[in-house]
Amino acid sequence: MIDVKNLSKAFGDHLVLDSISEHIFPGEKVVVIGPSGSGKSTFLRCLNLLESPTKGTITFEGTEITNPKVKIDAVRQQMGMVFQHFNLFPNMTIRKNITLAPVRTKRMTQAEADEEASVLLKRVGLEDKADAYPNQLSGGQKQRIAIVRALAMKPKVMLFDEPTSALDPEMVGEVLDVMKELAREGMTMVVVTHEMGFAREVGSRVLFMDGGHILEQNEPAEFFAHPRSERLKSFLEKVL
Amino acid sequence: MIQSMINWLEEMGPRLYRAFIEGGRWKLYLQGLGTTLELTVIALIFGVILGLVVAMVRTAHDQQRQDRRKNFFLGIANVLCQIYTTVIRGTPMLVQLFIWNFVILRSERNKVLVGFIGLAVNSGAYVAEIIRGGLMSVDQGQSEAGRSLGLNYFDTMRLIVIPQAFKSILPSLGNEFITLFKDTSLVQAIGGAEMLYYASTIGGRTFDYMPPLIGIAAMYLVVVIVFTWLQSKLERRLRQSDRR
Repeated sequence: MIDVKNLSKAFGDHLVLDSISEHIFPGEKVVVIGPSGSGKSTFLRCLNLLESPTKGTITFEGTEITNPKVKIDAVRQQMGMVFQHFNLFPNMTIRKNITLAPVRTKRMTQAEADEEASVLLKRVGLEDKADAYPNQLSGGQKQRIAIVRALAMKPKVMLFDEPTSALDPEMVGEVLDVMKELAREGMTMVVVTHEMGFAREVGSRVLFMDGGHILEQNEPAEFFAHPRSERLKSFLEKVL
Repeated sequence: MIQSMINWLEEMGPRLYRAFIEGGRWKLYLQGLGTTLELTVIALIFGVILGLVVAMVRTAHDQQRQDRRKNFFLGIANVLCQIYTTVIRGTPMLVQLFIWNFVILRSERNKVLVGFIGLAVNSGAYVAEIIRGGLMSVDQGQSEAGRSLGLNYFDTMRLIVIPQAFKSILPSLGNEFITLFKDTSLVQAIGGAEMLYYASTIGGRTFDYMPPLIGIAAMYLVVVIVFTWLQSKLERRLRQSDRR
């Protein structure tokens, strides 16, 4: 589904990603973990070209999206993204936050989008917040709305950039629950997170990144039970 | 001492009469005020349009993805915009008006029009910086969220970034209005018939400058006070919507 070849990204002289090759298959839930500064967020942000790669290619559903001629907006409409800091639009109601993109990109009429928004809001238990503004919501509620906003575009893959890192501990659960349900429904997901429990429970594959490389990957049970590299062993000791 | 004050007050009546009432002169002040307000409002509207374009070019250029081949035309437009803001903000308003009047638009008879062009071009440069600052003050995450949903650059700016930038732009824009309103008096120097023009004409004709000049100073002041009051009211309204 997403094929990454020799992806490198440098900020000035600082090499953040060093020639990464990876493939994400349909239906997979890939969880990316690693210390801060390891390049995991940059890797994720490269997948929908929020960061433009310095070298290498990314192919999404057979389209090489790193080719400058590709209309990136059309590609992004099929890739949902959830941010650490939610990035809801504070000047719009929740309903407007959700329906803005589907309507503007002519995927739905306003009526269809409103209908879709209420269905999605009901699914995350926030149907009564449709006319509220983001500032009136808690962090956990905001992040659930942000997920809904991305889902309203009916994406083929969802990218999560540390979705629970900015939340109060007691709100982490409600966001993870929504993500778990999404995983059960078969959504392809790439999740950068520090939630090891989530990685173990939901991930179909866990990647460990450090220093711009994918040092190790495995299916979750094996990954956590028998880490091979010393680096991963010491990392897991510290976080578990 | 007291006698001289009484004399002075006694003279004041006829002086005021000559300056403001005789021959319906008060109409000229109002006419001048009309022209002044017209100049301000139209110049500001064009200044905002010009400033918005310049600010969009400058931010679009600055926010280009690094490492990618830069857009050539955007690069040129950006340099032009930079030259424009630097030159306009680095030279006196009066000199600019003289250049418009005596060099560029030498043959134009309508001096108010020349003044209007000079003011609009001048305020465009200041408004551009105001708007650019406002656009930069909106969290980068907002435009990332818009773009990640598949909205294009212009939709993201128009629907998400600009409405949020508006709040921080509005107060500075109000100040720009006040500055521009007072700067219109410079148009008198190239013969544009605004408030100061009428006041000095009347002063010259009655050989008494004091009443007309103090008179228009008061008129400027009243307009600025009223506008400042309106502005603070509007800002309070905007702040309330923050707490929503």
